[in-house]
Amino acid sequence: MAMTVHVDIVSAEEEIFSGLARMVFAPGVMGELGIMPRHAPLLTRLKPGEVRVLNLEGEEESFYVSGGILEIQPHSITILSDTAHRAKDLDEAAALEAKHHAEQKLQEQSSEFDYAQAQTELAEAMAQLQTIQKMRKKLGR
Amino acid sequence: MAVGKEIRTKIKSVKSTQKITRAMEMVAASKMRKAQERMAAARPYAHKIRNVISHLSQAHPEYKHPYLQHREVRKGVGFIVISSDRGLCGGLNSNMFKATVRAMREWNDKGVKIELCTIGAKANAFFKRLGGNVIAQTSHLGDGPQVSELIGVVKVMLDAYDQGQIDRLFVVYNEFVNTMTQRPNVEQLLPIHGIDDPQLKHHWDYLYEPDAKDVLDGLLMRYIESLVYQGVVENLSSEQAARMVAMKSASDNAGDLIGDLQLAYNKARQAAITQELSEIVAGAAAV
Repeated sequence: MAMTVHVDIVSAEEEIFSGLARMVFAPGVMGELGIMPRHAPLLTRLKPGEVRVLNLEGEEESFYVSGGILEIQPHSITILSDTAHRAKDLDEAAALEAKHHAEQKLQEQSSEFDYAQAQTELAEAMAQLQTIQKMRKKLGR
Repeated sequence: MAVGKEIRTKIKSVKSTQKITRAMEMVAASKMRKAQERMAAARPYAHKIRNVISHLSQAHPEYKHPYLQHREVRKGVGFIVISSDRGLCGGLNSNMFKATVRAMREWNDKGVKIELCTIGAKANAFFKRLGGNVIAQTSHLGDGPQVSELIGVVKVMLDAYDQGQIDRLFVVYNEFVNTMTQRPNVEQLLPIHGIDDPQLKHHWDYLYEPDAKDVLDGLLMRYIESLVYQGVVENLSSEQAARMVAMKSASDNAGDLIGDLQLAYNKARQAAITQELSEIVAGAAAV
């Protein structure tokens, strides 16, 4: 019987493939990788591209990944696929946006906040008015 | 019958409120099912990446990543607070904020600075009122949150860690125990700890392509993101479950209220009839 290796392809939002394979092809950042069972432990990043799995029947199944991480252990291969396109400057842009959001929200007095404050001020004013009215009644005017 | 009319209007208004709460209950129930599926779908990735990292902590890399090294708290700590966007879900958010504030106070007493990152509109509003140093925020992720929407906020916190502004990073969210129970959970993200795998004890290391730093940076960043994502989907399930329970009890209370009002209405009506009758009888007797 041919040697096999267990392959898992997962993304953060779902499991894409899990099963045995004879060989796996993956697009590593340093070049295409062809992985046979009992490969030495290896860790690499993946480029966006096609992952092909040669299954036990000798058929090829292919999956598209938009980058990710590939881990190889002698008896298992794990592909952690990204769901988003990743690049350093793209991440940077997302981070900037998040920061910007925080600053903006702090500066602008959002409606919710105004509402709460206005409500307390209104309650205070009403209480003052009530006391004034009570005092007036007491004084008999 | 002035009293009767008032009660009838009241009954009508409570009934329409009950209709709304009942509809919200059913919507929350169906959304909860979907949220739970999403939670289950996210699990394999979290499991696998955890495996890889536990292998990694067993390996003997020539390069030690700062996320994996123990660090003393000198300057500050960071919190990522995950809340819902909307209210009407019982004490879910306020319980979580209580837990957050408790954890924050502990660090505050030690004299370290606190940097916050909020996910969800309720957390934004809360920390604006309370006054906290919010350095990143996002909200309105909707019913189908995606990892890509979290990259930015997580990166801000990781950068703060890299630059030494914070020496610990925590995430706070509501853990989904079951439909009736949701527990606020404060979890340490950085430095990564508590991952052990008893196998693979012999001396070995990975081959890294292109190099260890590059690969580990990418891997650990994704790990943190996946943990935060897990928190977000779990919080979403908790929110829907809490809303379902809250709306169910609201519908039940409305039912009780309607029963009481109906009784009062019937009594008032009966009293009016009795009075009328006795007036007629008294009138007839006088003639």
